[in-house]
Amino acid sequence: MLEYARWKYILIVVVLLLGLLLASPNFFGQDYALEIARRDHATITPDAQKDVQSYLKEKNVPFERSYIDKPRLIVRFATGADQLAASEAVSEHYKTDYITALSYAPRTPEFLRALGLRPMPLGLDLRGGLYLLYQVDVNASVNQALEGYAQDARRALTSAKIPFKDVTTVATNPGGRPDAIRIILPPEADLAAARNALSQPLQGLSVSSESLSSGSAIQAVMTPAQIKERQDYAIQQNITTLRNRVNELGVSEPIVQRQGIDRINVQIPGVQNSAEVKNLLGRVATLEFRLEDTQHNAYEAQQTGRVPLGSKLYTHTRFGRPVLLKREIIATGDQLTNATVGNSQDGIGVNVRLDARAGENMLKTTKANLNKPMAVVLIEKRRETTQVNGKPVTRDTTDETVINDATIRGVFSTNFIITGLSAGEARDLALLLRSGSLAAPLYVVEERVVGPSVGSENIQKGVSALIIGMAGVFLFMAIYYKVFGLVADLVLLANVILLMALLSMISNVLSLPGIAGILLTVGMAVDANVLIYERIREEIRKGVSPQAAIRAGFEKALSAIADSNITTLIAGVVLWIFGTGPIRGFAVVLTFGIATSMFTALMGSRALITLMYGGRRKLARLSI
Amino acid sequence: MEFFSHQTSYPFMATRKVWYTLSAVLMIASIVSFFTRGLNLGLDFTGGVSAHVTFTRAPNIDDLRGKLVAAGFHEPQAQTFGSARDVVIRLPPEPGQTSATIRTRIEGVVKSLDPSVVLPQLEVVGPQVGNELKTSAIYALSFTLLLIFIYIAFRFHTWRLSFGAILAVLHDPILVIGFFSVSQTEFDLPVVAAILAVVGYSLNDTVVVFDRIRERFETNRRLPPATVLDQSINQTLSRTIMTKVVTSIVVVALIFLGGPVLRGFSEALMIGIIAGTYSSIYISSAIALDCGLTAEHIFPSTRKSAVDELP
Repeated sequence: MLEYARWKYILIVVVLLLGLLLASPNFFGQDYALEIARRDHATITPDAQKDVQSYLKEKNVPFERSYIDKPRLIVRFATGADQLAASEAVSEHYKTDYITALSYAPRTPEFLRALGLRPMPLGLDLRGGLYLLYQVDVNASVNQALEGYAQDARRALTSAKIPFKDVTTVATNPGGRPDAIRIILPPEADLAAARNALSQPLQGLSVSSESLSSGSAIQAVMTPAQIKERQDYAIQQNITTLRNRVNELGVSEPIVQRQGIDRINVQIPGVQNSAEVKNLLGRVATLEFRLEDTQHNAYEAQQTGRVPLGSKLYTHTRFGRPVLLKREIIATGDQLTNATVGNSQDGIGVNVRLDARAGENMLKTTKANLNKPMAVVLIEKRRETTQVNGKPVTRDTTDETVINDATIRGVFSTNFIITGLSAGEARDLALLLRSGSLAAPLYVVEERVVGPSVGSENIQKGVSALIIGMAGVFLFMAIYYKVFGLVADLVLLANVILLMALLSMISNVLSLPGIAGILLTVGMAVDANVLIYERIREEIRKGVSPQAAIRAGFEKALSAIADSNITTLIAGVVLWIFGTGPIRGFAVVLTFGIATSMFTALMGSRALITLMYGGRRKLARLSI
Repeated sequence: MEFFSHQTSYPFMATRKVWYTLSAVLMIASIVSFFTRGLNLGLDFTGGVSAHVTFTRAPNIDDLRGKLVAAGFHEPQAQTFGSARDVVIRLPPEPGQTSATIRTRIEGVVKSLDPSVVLPQLEVVGPQVGNELKTSAIYALSFTLLLIFIYIAFRFHTWRLSFGAILAVLHDPILVIGFFSVSQTEFDLPVVAAILAVVGYSLNDTVVVFDRIRERFETNRRLPPATVLDQSINQTLSRTIMTKVVTSIVVVALIFLGGPVLRGFSEALMIGIIAGTYSSIYISSAIALDCGLTAEHIFPSTRKSAVDELP
């Protein structure tokens, strides 16, 4: 008699049912779909939906149905050709209002979706889309922090009425990257008073001073830990900003994640127009609000090249004349809490909302400078690579454009409107300001665009390889081990279902190597059964009774199964750690596959075999 | 059905010099090929541009290559991908060019050959990304081998078995890399994943044999080690072959149905599985024997055998 504890049967049944439920959304397949989102991110109204529907009918593009999945409109199609035709028609006709993305809409029934069950998201190689790998210039963010300290130091010294010659950023290691600021004081300056005034703005830096032949110098150095912290902050901030910007595109299931030390990868399914998206994602744009210097002549400054002290000359302006602006910044784009497109009596503009501190500053400034002009400067950073003597040279350029110069008509603080932009510019600027600024410049180091036809071809190939491969294994096992082979087949099927359930649960992105991983798991999961069955055959050859042979088979195969799985597990985990993208996906499948195959082969097949043979008193031979 | 209806008793240990020679020749050939011919590294590692172009009719590849050179591309490669109408154009990294301009330039060339051509896939990889991937692939492989060495030494209480396992495990990726070098099949990132999977699988076989060796030594401490090793390999032979046949079924399905993207990956698995089966039968135990393995080295472990201990 073979026995197996009742609770183990119950456990197996519960796990299998749960697995079946979790894996089920993957079995319904998906429809070709088109996602349509408004450029201003408002929800699409039922009227707009009707309009799109009638336009598609007019263009003779057949569609199955359309519905609003807030804020997007989703239209489903029977074929990929219809989907492409509709995409072309809609993106052309509604160019200014809508953004479209090709996608797949799962056919998961409503009750499963209500339970929060979703199929595994498909990787870009299986559905098409845009993949971008960004390099974050973390050193630039350290420079920015140093510039910030330098500005604070200047301000503190000025307000404490301590004269200073110069405040610069320097590198403490010769030839290294800047990591400190250096403040040069004239001989008449009081060093102790200066250090005292700087103690608050330079808090946390290691400050030292020395006397020079003429005057003295104060040096404040950022520690390696502070630099590291600053770099991490820059990357985190950039990820948040990129995520906001990607979300603003209105495409479903985008992925934005850190990769390695200073990279960020962005995956946007269904998007084909890489230039437009890249331009929007990578833009480093911010605003500065400054008062205009009305006491001096800007034309004169431009011609003579002599810019008055405390002012800065801007030659790029939207209104065609150069302008002199005061050095003090009233508020910057970082201090914005919201920005939306709106209308004013002067035309379209961006409604801006500042945070409390900037609002206070703005209130003070506008009160004191009523009827004087204030300007808005748009600052954009770009990275350009050009060929110089056959070698690539990368250069960072900063464009500063004065977009608006208007007289302060009344006192305001946190809420106001910026005009002087075209409708498109206002929309993009509002988006950029709203999504936050990038803490450090980014540039694309890798880019892949996968067309939708390539995606559907890949998924079709992967699935057919999976089905044929599994069928081959099932057939072979049934022939080789007869009834025991059929038991192994059932167990393998359960294994695949459990694996898919786990992968769906953690929303693992399924790519082509991932499908190959599932198939390989099937191939390797057979091994545990083979080890057990071969052991049973061996015992039978020795003349042991069938039931004792089964027991011995399971017992003696255990250590071999455990050891051999652990070695594969090691390879899987290392791949998981070192791999990225599809390779990591493969590693996840491989690792989880080992876990599920251990469970199904050891518990599942033992339960089934005990159920079949355990109760029989007279068992002459086994069908193995 | 059974492959071996009776217990086999092949004298693996007696003939080990033959297998050593065979393995040594294959490994040396692989290494020589690796250093002379090198690998046909994929875009993942080299960086550069890869454009997938679908023509309406099969184009003349030499003609296409000539046109690309005329358009100012350096060292363009063009080869068919899957069908004769699908062509992949590969270009070395072109600094200072955005993907949009590269796309326009390539489109200009291919449209002159076939006006209704489509460009469904374009990849641009920066050279530094490729270099980093190379390093991390080497790290991954070394790290796996180190962990496995530690695991085997811990599990079987003797470096002799660990050493045999590691040599067998090194043997397999070297042969796979040799195959990729000789055939000049494209070596891309999925191939690295396949090689690591092969390392895991090959070891899986070796470990099953070692597990049996441990069990045999426990009950037959007076038998000569060579006999015990032969018996262990013979007793697990049917399982080793059976498992590999089944795994081969799925890998063959991947080779023929998985499409060109998975071709290199599947081929690496196939070669690796064959090499792994061979090395776990002929190499790993033989090395342990030549390192002087005896029953004394494997501490007799006290095995529990209650049914309740099973999961």
